Amino acid sequence: MTEVIKLAHGSGGEASRRLVEDVIAVYFKNEALDPLDDSAVMAVQGGRLAFTTDSYTVDPIFFPGGDIGSLAVHGTVNDLAMVGARPVALTLGLILEEGLALSDLRRILESVRDACSEARVNVVAGDTKVVERGSADGIFINTSGIGTVPEGVNISASNAVPGDVVILSGNIGDHGIAVLSMREGMDFTTTLKSDSAPLNTMVQAMLEVTKDIHAMRDPTRGGLGTSLNEIAARSKVGIEIEEAAVPVDSQVRDACDMLGFDVFYVANEGKLVAFVPESEAAAVLDAVKAARYGGNAAVIGKVVKENPGLVTLNTQVGGRRILSPLSGELLPRIC
Amino acid sequence: MRLSSAFRESELARNIAGNIAKATTRRWNIMEFCGTHTVAIFRHGLKAMLPGYINLVSGPGCPVCVTSRNDIDRILYLADLPGTIVATYGDMMKVPGSGMSLSDKRALGADVRVVYSIMDAVGIARANPPARVIFNAVGFETTAPSTAAVVRGACSEGIDNFHILSLHKVTPPVVTALLDGGTEVDGFLCPGHVCSIIGSRPLEPVAAGYKKPCVIAGFEPADVLQGILMLVRQLEEARSEVEIEYSRGVRPEGNTNALAVMDEVFCRVPAEWRGIGEVDGTGLKLREEFAAFDAERFIDREIVSEPDPPGCQCGEVLRGEIVPTDCALFGSACNPENPVGPCMVSSEGSCATYYQYAEKTRRQYEDKTGR
Amino acid sequence: MCLAIPALIKEKDGTRAKADVGGAMREISLEIIDRPAEVGDYVLVHAGFAIHKLEEKEALETLELMRKVFGQ
Repeated sequence: MTEVIKLAHGSGGEASRRLVEDVIAVYFKNEALDPLDDSAVMAVQGGRLAFTTDSYTVDPIFFPGGDIGSLAVHGTVNDLAMVGARPVALTLGLILEEGLALSDLRRILESVRDACSEARVNVVAGDTKVVERGSADGIFINTSGIGTVPEGVNISASNAVPGDVVILSGNIGDHGIAVLSMREGMDFTTTLKSDSAPLNTMVQAMLEVTKDIHAMRDPTRGGLGTSLNEIAARSKVGIEIEEAAVPVDSQVRDACDMLGFDVFYVANEGKLVAFVPESEAAAVLDAVKAARYGGNAAVIGKVVKENPGLVTLNTQVGGRRILSPLSGELLPRIC
Repeated sequence: MRLSSAFRESELARNIAGNIAKATTRRWNIMEFCGTHTVAIFRHGLKAMLPGYINLVSGPGCPVCVTSRNDIDRILYLADLPGTIVATYGDMMKVPGSGMSLSDKRALGADVRVVYSIMDAVGIARANPPARVIFNAVGFETTAPSTAAVVRGACSEGIDNFHILSLHKVTPPVVTALLDGGTEVDGFLCPGHVCSIIGSRPLEPVAAGYKKPCVIAGFEPADVLQGILMLVRQLEEARSEVEIEYSRGVRPEGNTNALAVMDEVFCRVPAEWRGIGEVDGTGLKLREEFAAFDAERFIDREIVSEPDPPGCQCGEVLRGEIVPTDCALFGSACNPENPVGPCMVSSEGSCATYYQYAEKTRRQYEDKTGR
Repeated sequence: MCLAIPALIKEKDGTRAKADVGGAMREISLEIIDRPAEVGDYVLVHAGFAIHKLEEKEALETLELMRKVFGQ
């Protein structure tokens, strides 16, 4: 009989203890976690701390190129990286659905462990709850992360200025289309994988070139279009993008054509868009391209002072349009 | 043959745009009645490439937008019936009927599922007996033949828990209805894939009878621009013919196979077009032999619909009389998160497109930069 | 209302086929296509149904026409 999660695993009693100690914690041995005290205690260097949290409810929990576990690590590590922080520690909050196969849980935990290892960050605290069948899609995860921000680094969506160059680290649309390919009613058998990846090493390399990165975002839900609009609005600047310069995998492009999606609004989980002063742009681009996950990086546009708050796209055929924030949801079109 | 990308080449598009500029000597009002054309024009920023003389107007080209409120209320009624699963294309989820949408019904517990193809809906029926699966069959002639083929197949396979609510419509008579109603348009950019099915012949009455040139165009940027060029040429030369730009996708006789299947399964009846009224011969109803598949039979009472909310001008937008930004509700009371009418909901609706592509802002921008 | 894109038929079994839509393999129906199509042919697919068989010649002719530059 397959071993599954039962309500008893969340009750705080013996079954809970065994789940935490024998199944979960074994993946995360480190000094801060091992005592399994009520809180992890760590020494941190002085300076500024970055602190972030995110919850993950992706459906399906396993998808080409990743799973909810790796996604939960990458997403939070990337949120830290987007402000220039070096990740120090993560928490792992699990909400498990009664009936979740233990083998699935182990597979996800392995994924979390491997992602942490690549990002060089530890899980130092966690929590596990179990809810009744039907109350969660197998598993929901929350990760909170802390990191340290080096002195002289001030990356914020409000800091872009006219003259800045916009650098995108690679192909857009991979994650959204890969996940969609698994959903009921849309059976593509593609070779496309989610781009879910940790970007902290890439950002470190960029900061080694210059600390003067003005703004940066990882365009997750809502896609690149949404991130660009956030920066345009918060910095009160105009942004001009060259559509022909934006890298998109041809399979993603075709899937978007077929489903009627605009690739600018499709989610990514392993990409960043950075706004850097013109004088540093070439060197930063080289650093991104040399980094893992940055092979297809490109300069895609620039910041202007005209029309603050507006993102304009020079289309690949020579036309021009406004790239608004996403309105409504992306539902597949047919007619 | 990755020729699609050839039709997206920048040099090609600029070349054609240049030809349009040279050919145009005065203002022309061109109506496109295909939501996919509306979106293609905006997505590729084609208006910025055209001379100011060319006025592109959107017509009733979105089958979701022209679905009457009463028709929406009927599918909503069906969604509430016990033991029923409604399968629908994504676009219909958020269109409000007299108060609610299918999306609201789902949030309240109705079993409503989004499908990409009607085949997926049949799959749901096969997998979930005895649930009664009702497919919300919306679309013009591009889509109706596939519904017909599936109903025919379900009939011979003996599937007894699959039904459709046919909201399918056919298009050429609505163009003449618009002209009869006084719509002022010089020529028509016609939908490439509808014409893959019906061919070019059904448009002859518009060209010959009403003296309005028609060009059937594809959807890549070069196709749309070339279609406009061909229309401008006809207008400048005072010709009124039906021409095919999209020759790789359309033959004059159309797809006789698809037309035959459509005719075998459906008969023509009058249909209610939002904003236009009832137009004869534009509705598709299942023939008697297929009555068992018609979800109409589950509607056992009269469905009375509320009138359109005050201020909603979807009708004028669909007739091309106003542009979406002229509607007082546009962007304020009516926006994609809280739509009042279907033009703001459907991803190919004029209002949703104007909103998503910030058309008003774009025009101001154009005026300022003088481009 | 016409989202249809070109697909390449990779496998065929009566009126059903498997087609490559830009690298994504999708099951499609050939039941309502205008002319017979075989493995190796390109077709236009709309909502899972092939509605038209594409002929390369016609596409090339159109491109030719579009490339012409017209004088004043």
